Amino acid sequence: MSKRNGPPEWMDRIIQLYCRSDLLEDLQGDLHEYYDRNYKKGKRRADLIYFLDVLKFCRLYTIKKPKILGQMTFLNLIGNYFKTSARSLVRNRLFSSINIVGLAISMSIGILMITYISELLSFDTFHKKGDRIYRIQTTYQNQGGNSFDLASTSVFIGKKLQEEYTGYDEILLMRRNFREDLTKGENTIAIVGHYASEAFFDVFSFDLKYGNPATALTEPFSLVLTEKTAAKLFQDSNPVGEIVTAGDKSYTITGVMEEVPKNSHIQFEALTSFITAENRYKDNENTTFFNWSSVWQNYVYLVLPDGEGPEKINAILNQVADVENTRTDRYTINHQLGSMLDIIPGDELSNQIGPSMSWLAISQLVFLTMFVIVSACFNYTNLSIARSLRRAKEVGVRKVVGATRRQVFTQFVFEAMIVSVVSLFLAYALFILIRPGFKGLMDDREMVTMSFQWIYAIYFLLFALTIGFIAGVLPSTILSKLKAISIFRDASSIKLLKGLSLRKILIVVQFAISIFLIIGSTIAYRQYKFALEFDLGFETENVLNLSLQDNESKVLMSEMAQLPEVSKISRSAMIPNTGEVWAEEFKFKDPLDSVRVYVNYSDKSYFDLHQYEFVAGGTFPYDLEEGDAKFVVIDELLRKRFNFETPQSAIGEVLTITDRLEDQKVEVVGVVNEFQYVKIHNEPRPCAIIQGVSDNYQFLNLLVKTDDPVAMMDKMEGVWSGIDKVHTFEAEFYDAQIQDAYDQQATLFKIFGFLAALAISIASMGLLGMAVFTAETRLKEISVRKVLGASIQNLMFILSKGFIVMLLIAAGVAIPLAYLFFNEMVMADFVNRITIGPLELLSGVFLVFAIGFLTISWQTGKAARTNPAENLRNE
Amino acid sequence: MKGTNIGEFEEVVLLTIASLLDEAYSVNIVDEIRKVTGRKTKLGVVHAVLKRMEDKGLITSELGEPTKERGGRRKRFFQVSHAGKIALLKSKEQRDKLWSLIPDVVFQGVR
Repeated sequence: MSKRNGPPEWMDRIIQLYCRSDLLEDLQGDLHEYYDRNYKKGKRRADLIYFLDVLKFCRLYTIKKPKILGQMTFLNLIGNYFKTSARSLVRNRLFSSINIVGLAISMSIGILMITYISELLSFDTFHKKGDRIYRIQTTYQNQGGNSFDLASTSVFIGKKLQEEYTGYDEILLMRRNFREDLTKGENTIAIVGHYASEAFFDVFSFDLKYGNPATALTEPFSLVLTEKTAAKLFQDSNPVGEIVTAGDKSYTITGVMEEVPKNSHIQFEALTSFITAENRYKDNENTTFFNWSSVWQNYVYLVLPDGEGPEKINAILNQVADVENTRTDRYTINHQLGSMLDIIPGDELSNQIGPSMSWLAISQLVFLTMFVIVSACFNYTNLSIARSLRRAKEVGVRKVVGATRRQVFTQFVFEAMIVSVVSLFLAYALFILIRPGFKGLMDDREMVTMSFQWIYAIYFLLFALTIGFIAGVLPSTILSKLKAISIFRDASSIKLLKGLSLRKILIVVQFAISIFLIIGSTIAYRQYKFALEFDLGFETENVLNLSLQDNESKVLMSEMAQLPEVSKISRSAMIPNTGEVWAEEFKFKDPLDSVRVYVNYSDKSYFDLHQYEFVAGGTFPYDLEEGDAKFVVIDELLRKRFNFETPQSAIGEVLTITDRLEDQKVEVVGVVNEFQYVKIHNEPRPCAIIQGVSDNYQFLNLLVKTDDPVAMMDKMEGVWSGIDKVHTFEAEFYDAQIQDAYDQQATLFKIFGFLAALAISIASMGLLGMAVFTAETRLKEISVRKVLGASIQNLMFILSKGFIVMLLIAAGVAIPLAYLFFNEMVMADFVNRITIGPLELLSGVFLVFAIGFLTISWQTGKAARTNPAENLRNE
Repeated sequence: MKGTNIGEFEEVVLLTIASLLDEAYSVNIVDEIRKVTGRKTKLGVVHAVLKRMEDKGLITSELGEPTKERGGRRKRFFQVSHAGKIALLKSKEQRDKLWSLIPDVVFQGVR
C-alpha cells in the first residue's frame, strides 16, 4: 500500500484531544474527506485548511466534558455520600471514635507544627526592603583547625565596604551588648540594646513615634528607646531632647520607636549610635576594635539594589579576604552575604544578634511528627479495610445501579475526609491544651506566640483534607475494586488477602514506630540523668551562685557573710559545666608551643568551697583585688600537656599567658585532678584556674545550709537590694544551673517521650480496633470451640497469637534501628555517654508489649467468655 | 411554543436530508445545498445544525460502514424522523396558506 495521504498526525491528535468520542469519528471522517479534496490543490494548502478546520470545530458542543464536569454527579451524590457516611460512622461508634480520636491526636501535633513553622517563616517579613537586605556572615578558621560559622562580622569589613566600594544602596553597622543603667530623676532602669549606625531606620522598617529617623543615630551618645522602655522613664510624654545619665556618661534621647515585633531577628530595648562605640576605641592604640579579626560582636547589613543578587558584593568580600588573610597564618577569615529572610529559619550560625532557629532543628521536629501522623493514618486504613466487608454490599448495590469505580473511590475518600475534618475540631482543642507545654519546651520561650491567625484556618483545613485523603486512599482503592457479581454471589468468598497482609504490615510498622520512640525517650532520659549525676571532680551541692552584675564583690561578700545560712563564700569568673567557656593561650618554655586552655578566675577559697581534689600543692597563697594575677592552679590534663613528670614537679613552674596585650607570667601553685569544665558530651581540654582580681569576678559562690531556701533567698534579696537598687537579684543553685545547661537533653527526652506516648496510644487504639474486629468475625468459631471444650485461656491464646507475632516482629525491627540511630548518629560525638544496653532497649519494648497485651486480652477475653449458646442459637 | 417551529436554515438542511434519502451525511449535505440552492455553506455550520436538530429529535442518525476514502472512518448518515417530517409539513402548510392569501397582483412585474 502506498503511503497514506493524510494530514499530519499531530493535527489529528489535537482533534482527538478535545472532541467528544461520539462525535469524533464522523467529524474526523468529514474533515478527511475535505482534506482529500483539497489535497489535489497541494498538500501544504490542504494541511493548512485541515488545521484551521480542526481549530474551528473546537466548539462548546464538540468538546469533551472536562473531568470535573463529569464529576458533577459527585455534587449530586454528595448528599447521599454524606448521609451514608454519617450513618456508617454512627453505626460503628467504637471504630469511628478510635479513628477520630487517633487522627485528632496526631493532627493536633500537625497543627502545632503548622502554626510553629508558619510563625517562623513570618520572621522579618515586615521589613519593606526585606528581600534586598543582606547580612555579612563570617567563617573563622583557626590555625588549630577549629572553624566557626558566625552571624557576626568585623567593623573592618564594614568600614572597608563603606569607604572603598559601591554596589549597594545602604550599609548598616551594628554592634551588640549595649548595656546601661539609665537614670532620669528618681528612676533608674537597666536596658539592653545595640549600637547602630545612622542607616538603621533606612534599612529596617521600624517606625519612630517621636524623633527624626534620618538623624536619630548620627551623633555620639544619642539614644533611641522603644515605647515601653521610654514609658518607664518618662511616662507618656514626648522625651525627645531629654538627657538621661548612665554613670558618668549622659545620653540625649533622639527618638522613641514602636515596640520591636516578636517576629524580628533583632530584639532590643534601646539603640545608641554606632559612633558612640567607635569613639570609645578610636584613640586607644591597643584596641582590637577595628581589626580584621574582631569578628565576634559586630554586624553589617547591606541593602542591595533592586533585582540584584549577592554575587557582586561576595566577589568584593573575597577580594578583601584574599588580601587580609595573607597578613597572618594564625587564622583565615572569609565573608559572604546571607539574605535576611534566611536568618529565621536558617543555617546554624554562632553569635546571632537575637533569637534563631535552624532548619535542621525544624526538620527533626517535622520528621518526628510525621511518624505520629502516619501512624494515625495507618489506624484509619487498617480499621477501614477490616470493616470493608461490611460495606461490600453497599458497594455492590452502587455498582449495579451504575456507579463507576471512580465514584465508589470518591465516596470512600470523601468519607475519610469527613472523619478527618471532624477530627480537626477535636485536634484544635487538643492543640490548645498542648500549646503551653510546647512553648515551654522551646529554648527561647518568648520567640513565638503560637497564636491563631485566620490564614491558618485554611492551612488546617487543607491539612485535614490531605490527612483524610492519605488515610482513605488505600481502603477506597480496595473497596472500589470489588466486583458486584462476586459480592452478591458469596460475600464471604471475598478474601481481602492482599489487604490482610498489608494490614499486618501496617500494624507492625505502627508498633515499630512506638517502640523506636519509646527507646529514644528512654535513652535521652538516661543520658540526661547521667549528665546530672556525672562525677564532675568537684562538689556542687548546696552551692548557690549569685550573679554580681557589676557590683563590687568585696562589699556584697561581707554583707552575705553575715547571713547565718552562708558558711563559705568564694568568687569566680564563670561557672564550669554549664556550657560557658573561657579560653586563653598558655605557653611553657617552648615559645612555639602554645596551648589553648579553658580558664576560670577565682579567689583562694574557691577550691575549698567546691572541694577540688589537689594532687599536689594547694590554693593561691593570698587574694588579689587588683593588678596582675600571679598564680595559677592547673589540672592534670594541662600538667601532662606541658610534660611535667609528676604533679609535684609542676609546682613552682612559671607559665606564660600569651594572648593578652602583654605576656603575663603566672606561677603554678597547685595541680588538681581532672574536672569537668565543659559539658560532659564535649571534648575535654586542659584547664587552668587563674588567680582573679576584682574585675574578673562575675559570681559569688555561696555554700549554704538551710531548710527553707525560699526564706533564705528572700533574705539575700533584701541584702542585695540594699546594695544594688537597679538590677534584680539573680542567684541560682549550682545543681539547677547544671540542669538548665542540660536542658537540651531534657527537651529531647520530653519531646521523644511525648511523641512516644502519642504513638503508643494511637497504635494501641488501632490494635484494640483490630482485636475487636477479629473477635467479632470469629465469634462463631469461638463458640464452636467453646462448646467442644476449649478453655478460656486456650481461646485467648488462639485469638491473640497473630498479634503477639506482629508485636515480636515490630520489636525485632525497631530495636536494631533505634540502636543504630542513637548509637551511631545522635550520640556518636558524645565524649561521656551512657552505653546503650539491654535495659534501655528492652524497657520500652516491655511497656509496649504490656499495653498491647492488655488491649488484646481485654477484647479476646470478652469474646472468649460469651455464652456460646447466644451465638449458635440461630444456626 | 417556540421550539415547534423550525428555522429557515434548519428547514433547508431537513429538506436536503429528505431529498438525499440514504446518502445524507454531512459532507454530502453541504455539497447538495450548494448544488441546489447555490448557498456556500460551511461544514461547521451544517455540523452544528445537524447536532442541534438531532438533540431536538427532528432527525436520527446512525453510523455507516467504514470506507477507505475517509481514512477508514465511518460516515454518520441522517434521516428525517417522524417529528422532523411533521415539522416540515407544518412549515410547508403555513407557507402555502400564506401564499394562498397573497393576490397575484402583488408579484406582478417581479416574476
